[in-house]
Amino acid sequence: MPWTREQMAARAAKELRDGFYVNLGIGIPTLVSNFIPKGMRVQLQSENGMLGMGPFPFEGEEDADLINAGKQTITELPTTSYFSSADSFGMIRGGHIDLSILGAMQVAQNGDLANWMIPGKMVKGMGGAMDLVAGVKRVVVVMEHVAKAKDGSEDPKLLKECNLPLTGTAVVDLVITDLGVFSIDKKGGSGMTLIELADSVTVEEIKAKTAADFKVDLNGKQAA
Amino acid sequence: MDKVYSDASSALAGLVKDGMTIMAGGFGLCGIPEALIEAIRDSGAKGLTFISNNAGVDGVGLGRLLETRQIRKMISSYVGENKLFAQQYLSGELELEFNPQGTLAERIRAGGAGIPAFYTKTGVGTLIAEGKEVREFNGEKYVMETGLFADISIVHAWKGDTEGNLVYRKTARNFNPMMATASRMTIAEVEHLVPAGEIDPDCMHTPGIFVKRMVHVPNPVKHIEQRTIRKRTDAAVLAGAGEEV
Repeated sequence: MPWTREQMAARAAKELRDGFYVNLGIGIPTLVSNFIPKGMRVQLQSENGMLGMGPFPFEGEEDADLINAGKQTITELPTTSYFSSADSFGMIRGGHIDLSILGAMQVAQNGDLANWMIPGKMVKGMGGAMDLVAGVKRVVVVMEHVAKAKDGSEDPKLLKECNLPLTGTAVVDLVITDLGVFSIDKKGGSGMTLIELADSVTVEEIKAKTAADFKVDLNGKQAA
Repeated sequence: MDKVYSDASSALAGLVKDGMTIMAGGFGLCGIPEALIEAIRDSGAKGLTFISNNAGVDGVGLGRLLETRQIRKMISSYVGENKLFAQQYLSGELELEFNPQGTLAERIRAGGAGIPAFYTKTGVGTLIAEGKEVREFNGEKYVMETGLFADISIVHAWKGDTEGNLVYRKTARNFNPMMATASRMTIAEVEHLVPAGEIDPDCMHTPGIFVKRMVHVPNPVKHIEQRTIRKRTDAAVLAGAGEEV
C-alpha cells in the first residue's frame, strides 16, 4: 500500500530535531506540523515575516493581519516574532533555517528541483522557493511518486534530469514519496539511494515508476 | 512641513505620471495600501510598472488596476491568485518579470540603501540567472542582482505619527518597510494617526525620514484570502493544526 498524505507527512516529521527552525511549504508539507513529537521544540518560520507560527485560529478570531505564506489565517505563540520580508529572507539565505520541507513537480538524481513553472501552461511564479532551496541547510521534498494525467497515464517525477525549468541545482537532500524514501548526495555527487519502502511496496515497483538511476540500501528497513 | 494629507487622492495629487515605476507593499492582500491603490486608479495614469510581491486578486488591490489596464509591467514573485493577470499576460498586454521573493526583498532593500548590486546564491543555474553575471566566492557560485528604486512607493502601516514614523502590525509588515526606503516619494497610509512623541522611539519600524506624505485611513476593510480555522473541540494546539474551510 502506498503511503497516504498523512503517512508521508508523518515520515517527513521524522526529519525534525529538537531546537530546529523549520519552513514548511504548501500542501502535504503543511501537514507535517500535526506530527511534531510531543516535547520537541520546533519553531516554524513563515517566509512572509514570522517565526513561531501557531495553529489556525478559532472561528471568529481570524486576523487579516496574521497570515502564513499560503495566505491562510494563523495565530501567534508566546515564542512568536515578526519581521520584514528582507529580514525573513536574510534568515533563509543566510543559512539560519535548519530544514525546509516542500513539494515538487520533478526531482533529478543529482538533487536538481523543479517546482515553479510549466512553460506555456502555468504562470504563477516561484515565490520564496528558490531562496529556500538555495539557503536552507537541509531540503526535504515530499511529493507523489508519479504525476497522474487526466487520461490515467503516469509520468515519473524522479528523473535523470528535470525537463521543467529548475528551482535550484543540486539542492535536494531527501525525497519522500507515497512509495518510499530516497536520499541524495547533492554535495558529493554520488547520486540517489532508495533507503525506505512504504508498506508492501517492492523495489521492482519503484524501479518501474522511476526514471532516475538509484542505488538500493534499505538497511533492514523494508516493511513486510 | 506637514506630511499629513486629508485623503489618498490629495496625497497623490500631481505625483503620478504615465510610465512611472511604483512600489506597492503587501503580501497577498495582507498589508496592502488599498486606499492609495484606489487613488492611483482614479489618477488615470497609464503604462505603469508596479513592483509588488503579488498582483492582488480579481477586483481587489492591484487587481483593480489590471481591470483598468493601467499596468504595463509587473515585477513580482508570485501572481497565481489572479485570473485577469494570467489572461493579460498570456495575450501579451502585460509584461512580467519574476523575481525570487528573497531576491525581490533584497533588491528593494539594496535600492533604498544606495547599493547598486549584490550577489546571491538564489537562482544560480536557473532561468533567473540567464544573462546575469555569475561569480564565484569561496568556491560557491552567486548571481549578481541589481538594486531597485522607484518613482513612488505606497505602503500600509498600522500606526504612524505626524513625523512620518511608522509601526506595522504582525505579518502586514512584509515588504512595506523596504519599499518605504526605496523611492523618491514614499506615501504611507496609516490606520492610526498620532501626534509625534506618542510612539516609543525604540519601537519604530520605519523612521520618518523615509516618509514624505501620509494619509489617515481609519478602520480599513481588510481581506482574507484563505480563511482557515480550527474547531474549539480540537485538542491539538500544534502549529498549523486544524482544517481548511
